[in-house]
Amino acid sequence: MDLSNYLLLKPELSLLAVFSLLMLYDLFASDKAKKYYFPIACTLFLVHTVVCFFFQDAGSSFAGMYVTGTAQITIKCILNIGVFIIFLQANEWLSKPESVLKRGEFFLLTLLTLMGMYLMISSGNFLLFYIGLETASLPIAALVAFDKFFHHSAEAGAKFIFNAIFSSAITIFGLSFVYGACGTLYYTDLTTSISASPLIIMGMIFLLSGLCFKISLVPFHLWAADTYQGAPTNVTLYLSTISKGAAVFALMVILYTVFPILAEIWKQMFWLLILLTITIGNLFAIRQKNMKRFLAFSSISQAGYIMLSAFTGTAQGMGATMYYIFVYIFSNAAAFGVISAIENKTGKVNMTDYNGLYKTNPKLSLAMMIAMFSLGGIPPTAGFFSKLFVFMAAMEQGQVVIVFLALLNTVISLYYYLLVVKAMFITPNNTPIETVQTDKYLKTSLVISLAGIVVIGLISCFYEYISTTGFGIIKIG
Amino acid sequence: MNILSLFVLVPTLMLLAFIPCREIKQVRTVALTGALINIVMALALLFLFYAERNAGNTAEMLFTYDAVWYQSLNIHYAIGVDGISVLMILLTAVIVLTGTFASWNLQPLTKDFFMWLTMLSIGVYGFFISLDMFTMVFFYEIALIPMYLLIGLWGTGRKEYSAMKLTLMLMGGSAFLMVGIFGIYYATSPTGDFTFNILEIAHNHPIDGAVQHWTFPLVFLGFGVLGALFPFHTWSPDGHASAPTAVSMLHAGVLMKLGGYGCFRIAMRLLPEAATELSWIFIILTGISVLYGAFGAIAQNDLKYINAYSSVSHCGLVLFAILMANHTAMTGAVMQMLSHGLMTALFFALIGMIYGRTHTRDIRELGGLMKIMPFLAVAYVIAGLASLGLPGLSGFVAEMTIFVGAFQHSELFYRIFTIIAISSIVVTAVYILKVVGKILYGPVINEHHKELTDAVWYEKLAVITLIACVAGMGLFPGWISNLIGSSLAYIH
Repeated sequence: MDLSNYLLLKPELSLLAVFSLLMLYDLFASDKAKKYYFPIACTLFLVHTVVCFFFQDAGSSFAGMYVTGTAQITIKCILNIGVFIIFLQANEWLSKPESVLKRGEFFLLTLLTLMGMYLMISSGNFLLFYIGLETASLPIAALVAFDKFFHHSAEAGAKFIFNAIFSSAITIFGLSFVYGACGTLYYTDLTTSISASPLIIMGMIFLLSGLCFKISLVPFHLWAADTYQGAPTNVTLYLSTISKGAAVFALMVILYTVFPILAEIWKQMFWLLILLTITIGNLFAIRQKNMKRFLAFSSISQAGYIMLSAFTGTAQGMGATMYYIFVYIFSNAAAFGVISAIENKTGKVNMTDYNGLYKTNPKLSLAMMIAMFSLGGIPPTAGFFSKLFVFMAAMEQGQVVIVFLALLNTVISLYYYLLVVKAMFITPNNTPIETVQTDKYLKTSLVISLAGIVVIGLISCFYEYISTTGFGIIKIG
Repeated sequence: MNILSLFVLVPTLMLLAFIPCREIKQVRTVALTGALINIVMALALLFLFYAERNAGNTAEMLFTYDAVWYQSLNIHYAIGVDGISVLMILLTAVIVLTGTFASWNLQPLTKDFFMWLTMLSIGVYGFFISLDMFTMVFFYEIALIPMYLLIGLWGTGRKEYSAMKLTLMLMGGSAFLMVGIFGIYYATSPTGDFTFNILEIAHNHPIDGAVQHWTFPLVFLGFGVLGALFPFHTWSPDGHASAPTAVSMLHAGVLMKLGGYGCFRIAMRLLPEAATELSWIFIILTGISVLYGAFGAIAQNDLKYINAYSSVSHCGLVLFAILMANHTAMTGAVMQMLSHGLMTALFFALIGMIYGRTHTRDIRELGGLMKIMPFLAVAYVIAGLASLGLPGLSGFVAEMTIFVGAFQHSELFYRIFTIIAISSIVVTAVYILKVVGKILYGPVINEHHKELTDAVWYEKLAVITLIACVAGMGLFPGWISNLIGSSLAYIH
């Protein structure tokens, strides 16, 4: 075996190094040294993020099993930034007496799932893809059930693992059809041997359905609300941004490189799914009283917007999708940052608890408001730009009707995002939540998220860079 | 640095200057200084504009500046002004200044209030200077969202309901608008060099007829919602009635003009074929707006509702005139925007001042104010006369120009709707005179009102400024109509 194959795997190797170091540290460090576990973990991960960005390669190794290019590196960097923000937010929660002992596990499990996502993103063969998918989902179940003494958390973990297994089964069922018809699992070989036979179409639909579970598109979304509500807030953030972003990217790669011939079919399929996702996600979000559940439905509807540009099949669409994921990570991180700051100190997560928050916690309220505006697509936040670029990418393919319906849906979404703003700023409350003190890591993460929300849109270089890395449907012949 | 960018930069710096303010006096100082700087800049812009024109510069837009923003999508920060935008900027500056005076004593959270108000003015100024449809939408939405908090936090009555209704309806309008604009964008070039630049599209990239036919209704409707086009006007009475004084002034005075201006700049300018063919639909709708608004005003008892419905009627007239698509009517449309902006701001300022004293806006509970607060009452009479079109005040010149322009169309359809629109003047007279007679000259109803005081200096300053503008426009309309007319050279 040629060891030079490993040279392309720099992000994975670097992640593995961080993982191993942290595991060894967790095992062998004295209790005194463990005080520094958290800053060390964050620093190591930051180094990894930088390494990932500056050592870019393109090509494929292990006979086409592993493929990398600028698009793959870019999405990995985007996910890295997201994970870094999540790590910063986690300290306050992990320092609680009931979870301080398990602190190491949180980092190890998170890094392990991230590894799985890397493999999903970079796979050139369905076998590797499947391994990545499993690695990315099973440890998350442990993360979801992390607060195991809380009934909700355990329940959410059980729900998540059943759905993860179920969706994996569906995926692999579809894969077996495709393999049976074409005799290969390599993306590049499949591109040419796929035809519009009923068996392959059936296989494709099963395969895509399995992935739709991960992205929580309607009607595969039913697990999301309970899991998001029950999971620890930081894990919910991880699930709703990082896990979703990776799955969307993997889906795009599969659609564009494996099934370009069937583009007309999956475009019709996703047209309907997107419409359902956006609408139903929105309509359910209106009625929610629990902030985490509310953001769960909001993130279902956001997934629809992400897919809106992903299903166009153009390089512009792919760029817009990655940009949307990037912005979405920052917006959601800011929202969840505020929620976890308040939850950690007071345990309150209902929207009515936020009434009159502006009086006692003006900074947190402003952060939440900016996050809500960004999620709702209000300028000058980055959410406005990301939404518009998604719509433009879809319009470029002549998808006028769905863009129009999606735009009308943004009005509905604005309604419930404004409900949060209203609760914090307008609704009077004699007993608002007392002034909350957050630790410096959470503060840093909020500052990073807010700076991202403001800067990423107004300064064009982020979009320019990300959009150049996208690729469209692979042309055959 | 381009002078136009300053109109966005100065309010942005004001926002930063507000942050360290601790006391109400500092907040006022910053707000007033900013508003004064803006009005000086607006006057300087007018002066420079004339100087440039006299020097023989006949370009359609002056002071243009173009910076690439998003290279790959060909989005530019492109700015420039013609006579119409200069007047709109001047209007905005006047109303922001008077609005600052009108909310001099606003409590609580004074700082937040002025910050949101400044944010709103960034959006408005940015919208009027933009030549790029993308930046136009960008600024348009920046101007919309502060309304939610301004009404929701400092409003009166059913403020939460009104704020949400207003925001959602206007955002719904912008959903229509965006689809229309993207449709235009992707029709600008067959080869893939799409552009958002209005001038470039108008001069070099005519839009295909088929695209025009579906984008025109979307764009017109999208901006029409903000211009209170029937049946999408329902946000306006509730929103205006619940908003605090300065916000009503800015919203009715300036923000509703964004709708008319947008229809004029994008829908009529870039989609002329569809505009001639499909205008009949919107002429019917605006005809209804004009008349329905006027009748609606008669039925109301709340001073703010009366004025809000009258705004629906007057703004309907703006859109109506724009749809007539000839030189005279379009000139009238812009004059009506100015006239209505000043007049409504005056109205809302006065209503706010009266309400601040009597704590009621119900005309059944008011009476004999002429004896109690003569200054405010006389000003109210002047505003009313301007609204019903008394010669010598701004309303007359604007409406006269519109009707002369509308009468140039000789088809029966246009004639009928012109006559309908003209008849609204009579109805306007009914509700104006009814209010004036009832609350100003009637007997004093509430004995407590006798102890109330007349306007104080900052209120007087706001009112006098606005009256001077209204009267000035009515007495010397020539330069305004020349300024507008020279910017409409492409229309015959």
